[in-house]
Amino acid sequence: MASLFKYLDPIFYITIRPNAPKPQTRRARFWALGAATKGGNTMIALTINGQTQNIEVDPNTPLLWALREQVGLTGTKYGCGIAQCGACTVHVDGAATRSCVLPVSAAVGKQITTIEGLAQNGVLHKVQKAWIDHDVPQCGYCQSGMIMAVAALLSGKPKPTDADINATITNICRCGTFQQVREAIHTAANA
Amino acid sequence: MNTVANLNRRSFLITSAAASGGLAVGLALPFGPEKATAQTSTPEIGAWVVIKPDDTVVVRVVRSEMGQGTVTGLCQLVAEELECDWDKVTWEYPTPGESVARKRVWGDFSTGGSRGIRTSHQYVRAGGAAAREMLKQAAADQWGVSAAELTVSKGVVTHKASNRSTTYGKVAEAASKLEMPQDVKLKDPKDWTIAGKPLKRLDTTDKVVGKMIYGMDVKLPGMLNAAVKACPVFGGLLKSFDDAKVSSLPGVRKVVRVNDSAVAVVADTWWQAKTALEALPIVWDEGENAKVSSATIAAWLKEGLDAPEAFVGNSNGDAIAALASAVKRVEAVYGYPYQNHACMEPLNATALYTLDKCDVWTGTQNAEAAFAAVVEASGLPAAKCDVHKTILGGGFGRRGRSDYVAQAVSIAKQMPGVPIKLIWSREEDMTHGTYHPVMQAKMVGGFDANNNLTALHVRLSGQSIVANLFPQNLDKGDTNPKNKGMDILTFQGLQRPGLEHAFGYTIPNLLIDHSMRNPHVPPGFWRGVNINQNAIFMECFMDELAQSVGQDELEFRRKLLSGLPRNLAVLNAVAERIGWGKPAPEGVHRGLAQMMAFDSYVAAAAEVSVSGGKIKVHRIVGATDCTYAVNPAQIERQVAGSFVYGLSALFYQECTVKAGAIEQTNFHEYNSMRIAEMPKIEAVIVPSGGNSRWGGVGEPTICVAAPAVLNAYFKATGQRIRSFPLKNHNIGMA
Repeated sequence: MASLFKYLDPIFYITIRPNAPKPQTRRARFWALGAATKGGNTMIALTINGQTQNIEVDPNTPLLWALREQVGLTGTKYGCGIAQCGACTVHVDGAATRSCVLPVSAAVGKQITTIEGLAQNGVLHKVQKAWIDHDVPQCGYCQSGMIMAVAALLSGKPKPTDADINATITNICRCGTFQQVREAIHTAANA
Repeated sequence: MNTVANLNRRSFLITSAAASGGLAVGLALPFGPEKATAQTSTPEIGAWVVIKPDDTVVVRVVRSEMGQGTVTGLCQLVAEELECDWDKVTWEYPTPGESVARKRVWGDFSTGGSRGIRTSHQYVRAGGAAAREMLKQAAADQWGVSAAELTVSKGVVTHKASNRSTTYGKVAEAASKLEMPQDVKLKDPKDWTIAGKPLKRLDTTDKVVGKMIYGMDVKLPGMLNAAVKACPVFGGLLKSFDDAKVSSLPGVRKVVRVNDSAVAVVADTWWQAKTALEALPIVWDEGENAKVSSATIAAWLKEGLDAPEAFVGNSNGDAIAALASAVKRVEAVYGYPYQNHACMEPLNATALYTLDKCDVWTGTQNAEAAFAAVVEASGLPAAKCDVHKTILGGGFGRRGRSDYVAQAVSIAKQMPGVPIKLIWSREEDMTHGTYHPVMQAKMVGGFDANNNLTALHVRLSGQSIVANLFPQNLDKGDTNPKNKGMDILTFQGLQRPGLEHAFGYTIPNLLIDHSMRNPHVPPGFWRGVNINQNAIFMECFMDELAQSVGQDELEFRRKLLSGLPRNLAVLNAVAERIGWGKPAPEGVHRGLAQMMAFDSYVAAAAEVSVSGGKIKVHRIVGATDCTYAVNPAQIERQVAGSFVYGLSALFYQECTVKAGAIEQTNFHEYNSMRIAEMPKIEAVIVPSGGNSRWGGVGEPTICVAAPAVLNAYFKATGQRIRSFPLKNHNIGMA
């Protein structure tokens, strides 16, 4: 696509590429926050995708917004802000977690994995591969959360039944990709 | 590229290529006829195709991708004529600023009404074909042979007689300097090898690794974030706000009046902006509209069901007289609620305003309308403005409007030089939508002594989108002076024969008319638009009519559709596939519906069972005849996806009005289907080809799922539901 905006913020492109070197904290803060902020913020250390990130943030800020605005990882999406839609799903110590209602302070000391960290050493996760094989996404906006929810399901239950899927995958997809999602889950389970 | 004869054209080519060819340009795209050097730019072969030296083919796409697959389909059509290697195809969005500078060389940007492919296939294919001929000519010139002696396949040009071949990438530079041929003959679709095939989408990989940039993800150096709140009552005004109460909150930079009815907080992060906005004391002048509620709207619409004056959208014979003398009359009143689009990605736009230019980055279904909004809100000349499109996290009609774009510019204008990203909260998105219009319908059918349907009167009463959005377009398509002010779109699926949303059934005495009543709640195009309610009204009532005279619902429809092969073909296709007339599994019941809209013919057949107040939709067969199927795999996904959107609306979704404002604020009050509720969808694609207008894909099928399910529910329970959503009847979805 005509990616004019990619010339505007090279840092941004680096930060969202999986497995790319993470920006220096000072630079990340600069790009995320602009100039100095006023009161309320504290330094918090988060372990995200295997790397420690020190961010300056109000500890009550939802993890979602700390990831997106302080860390610069925008693959995790804002959909509802009240844990209804699942677009913000990340893994916290391996568990699928709706990051829009989790205060960032509650994520300290835990292993956080976002969609950008799901692929390992440049190899896509089997759920991501199945998603490509089945051409699952339509608009794609909910898919980061959907994929993270499915990856967590498969790590606890490698061969889920349709009933398991129905009980566990409760993410909203307004495009209605559910038929491909289900097929792709079974493909990933058998990969 | 640097020696094109036509100077004006040349300069535009260069500016456009510079923006797309990998050069590091600044924030401002160069406009106008000034010369630019582009030594390393990538050759543009006509307006639609750019070919890089490594044979990469960049197809220009101006329709917006919001999940419906239009980018992939349009690229398939261009690549088909271009005869390039599909594996080397990529794409880019030209901007509306570039389009304006080049006299709209790419045509209409608007992506609504399922028009992305059906109204541009001719000229995008012509663009691909012209580029192919230019590339052949360039190779012919190089070899000193006639272009007629050359063949092309997968981006390789071959002169068989001399055993020479070259690639598009090698001759692209020379080809770009040639005059574009006119009227190149297009391929017969039966010879297609790229178009018509179930190819994978071009935009998938970035979407599964979190790399795709939506408007929500745009980031500019020094950018600040804005949260906005508009008066909860539509039409109300912003009286005052006390910014001193929030100016010392963390990260807050400024509190700004956005327009007459909205205020925004600008902060370092959006979370800070939203938090401060919630703490901001705001005084609204709600005005007279604060007296309006769902009940007052419903009462007003109800009066319209018997009002003497109404616009006539379709008629033949004398329905009123025929009904008066009918041996048997059947009557029913239906109603359809307001609904919000609820795109997964809440509305947002990023604007950078300086004293002499304004750029916006946003997901929009209509970049030209967004561009116009930027020009208007910024007060700058068009040549100083532009809109850079991102992929949309859903559109469904909502992102055809540019209200959020104008807001972002208004805020940015008050902070010159600072990029401002405006994000609507889900709550703002839910309560300031452009809603699926409300409509009621009184349906009256009349039979003669032999149980033949001799008359039908459909009286619609409710809201017009066109009256709200494009009042200048009222009357369009109708010359009857009595219809002055008519909104012909209200009659989608019920229109006169020959139109793109034509009513199918042949009934000797027919009257379909509309008493227009426009409440203050802004209506908008919502995937499928008026076919959603019209298909429920018409197709449920068709079952009511058939059942009133003890006839099979399929046979009853077939009789009234005789002589309409395309309507019949899709209806028969779903009936056959579902097993109509054969025994269903124990406890399972079936229902049917058909419609013609957006120049496509669609039908659905559903299988449901009912238990404990819940409907389980087991299976829906959906058929579509969209004339030509450019990508069957993506059409299947649109059929299934449209059913999810339509069934979510049927079961769960209603925006109610209390004291002039929308009550539902988030998904906990406005539910949407999950995977557990997903029926098995079987799409049957029956493109009839020929010279008919091409039909749309994204919308038409949405309307047949709901009536098919409702008709099956009646078979299961004997209960006919005529108002929606089903949750209001304590009916859930299993």
